[in-house]
Amino acid sequence: MDDKIILRYNVSPNDFTRAGEASSDVKSKLKKMGIPPEAVRKVAIAMYEGEINMVIHANGGIITVEISENCITMVLADNGPGIADIDRAMQEGWSTAPDNIRSLGFGAGMGLPNMKKYSDHMDIQTVIGKGTTVTMKVNI
Amino acid sequence: MTFFNSVKLDKDKCMGCINCIKRCPTQAIRVRNGKAQIIKEFCIDCGECIRICPHHAKLASYDPIDVINHYEYTVALPAPSLYAQFNNIDDVNIILRALKHMGFNDVYEVAAAAETISEASRKYIHEHMDKRPFISSACPSVVRLISVRFPNLIEHILPLAAPIDAAAEKAVKLAVEKTGLPREKIGIIFISPCPAKMTAVKSPLGFESSQINAVIAIKEVYPILLSHMKQVANIDEDIVLSGKIGISWGRSGGEAGGLLTDSYLAADGIENVIKVLEDLEDQKFADLDFIELNACSGGCVGGTLTVENPYVAKAKLDRLRKYMPVARTHLDSENADDLLFKHEIEYQPVFKIGGSIKESIAAMAKIEELCEKFPGLDCGSCGAPTCHALAEDIVSGRAHERDCVHLLRGYIHQLTEQFNLLDSLNHPNQNTKN
Repeated sequence: MDDKIILRYNVSPNDFTRAGEASSDVKSKLKKMGIPPEAVRKVAIAMYEGEINMVIHANGGIITVEISENCITMVLADNGPGIADIDRAMQEGWSTAPDNIRSLGFGAGMGLPNMKKYSDHMDIQTVIGKGTTVTMKVNI
Repeated sequence: MTFFNSVKLDKDKCMGCINCIKRCPTQAIRVRNGKAQIIKEFCIDCGECIRICPHHAKLASYDPIDVINHYEYTVALPAPSLYAQFNNIDDVNIILRALKHMGFNDVYEVAAAAETISEASRKYIHEHMDKRPFISSACPSVVRLISVRFPNLIEHILPLAAPIDAAAEKAVKLAVEKTGLPREKIGIIFISPCPAKMTAVKSPLGFESSQINAVIAIKEVYPILLSHMKQVANIDEDIVLSGKIGISWGRSGGEAGGLLTDSYLAADGIENVIKVLEDLEDQKFADLDFIELNACSGGCVGGTLTVENPYVAKAKLDRLRKYMPVARTHLDSENADDLLFKHEIEYQPVFKIGGSIKESIAAMAKIEELCEKFPGLDCGSCGAPTCHALAEDIVSGRAHERDCVHLLRGYIHQLTEQFNLLDSLNHPNQNTKN
């Protein structure tokens, strides 16, 4: 018997109508698996924010979700521009999203702060010009 | 908890096609042995399968009209959507008088009770702003959907009686006072636009029991009422107790309108409702006081037991309300607490695939593995709505891999090859000739 399951998702770039597909698929699976509602909510919100970030800033990427008995780990990897100033990016309300994105209702500068708020552990590895990998954990 | 459903199947009419399994928003239907089967605990009574079935094999259960004769004294509780079924109506009194003329002893409008619920809602929301947004609890399909699929949103359900339940309570009180009869001799009969209300009577939401004794369909009452309406047109009896706020509950946006706030959204049609609930759960929008959700397109006027096209009915309702006062029935502050839920709505994890998380992980891994094997066409030939649903059925022991016609074809092909091989080993000479 496997004690964990791994789900993989490709996030397509610049497609706002599809943004959120991966997180809603994960949410529906977690509910069916009987993961406690509070943990499902945290994963859904944290992952959706991450997914939107990949669409807005990083030309998409790959999300890997590992579900084990006591923890859900999300790894969001992209080949985008990287984050120049992580401290500023973590500030609520600070955003580098261009005006056309903001006019769609995104880019409020709550992405990374919400990801941090709704995950129990978050780690960001970023290299300018190469890409960013965000790892988030939610305990069950 | 036992699940009651008001959608039933007429087996003789069911052709075993895939229309209903594809339309069902909770994937509650399978075709097995050529007939549709409803998985009771998944069904939310939204009526989508009744609407889509080309063979009219899906039936809504409700009581026959002659249920009126089972009681010494009967009170009709007409839903606001009833008023929207008729042409050229300027005065609700004609419909109410006709109900009495056709055999009911009295009438108590659900629209009147709705006005008290609107008032109670305004008060409750104002006093509990920290818990906003509130989700309407009036549509039983929506409440059932939230209780099986959106555990995180249960706390946002407005914990107040639906207008029909408040109307039934009030009607019982009035009837007992008026007649002095014991409760069991009084029949409280709801004239309903939808079968979900039948379920709500059998397993009430937020309350122990319902005061409604029977539910009859608007479409059954409609033709009878038409003839009686002509006969009562000239009688001068003023019995209407509702105004704009009350009757507007019959259509989408009406309940929200009665809250006198512009901080709301109103969504109708079950797929739209699901989208709103998903987004609300993910906190994609906030800052609203109220979310009105109706499973049927157009709201209650779109119920499967109505006669008129929902959007035409909506227009008729709006025309009717034009010359009405804002409200005619007010909240009796002494009884305000009776309207509050007596117990909380509980999460029913009916879609769970394993007993423990460990079991679920193994089951989900198996489901993913099966999905890789399936063609992903979601053709429905196996009787499940999608390949993923079939995989879930297989893992839970309700179906077999070879229910998939594509896998079956591969399997037969493989068998044929093995037969041919066997054949060529037994008859090597014949084979070389070929």
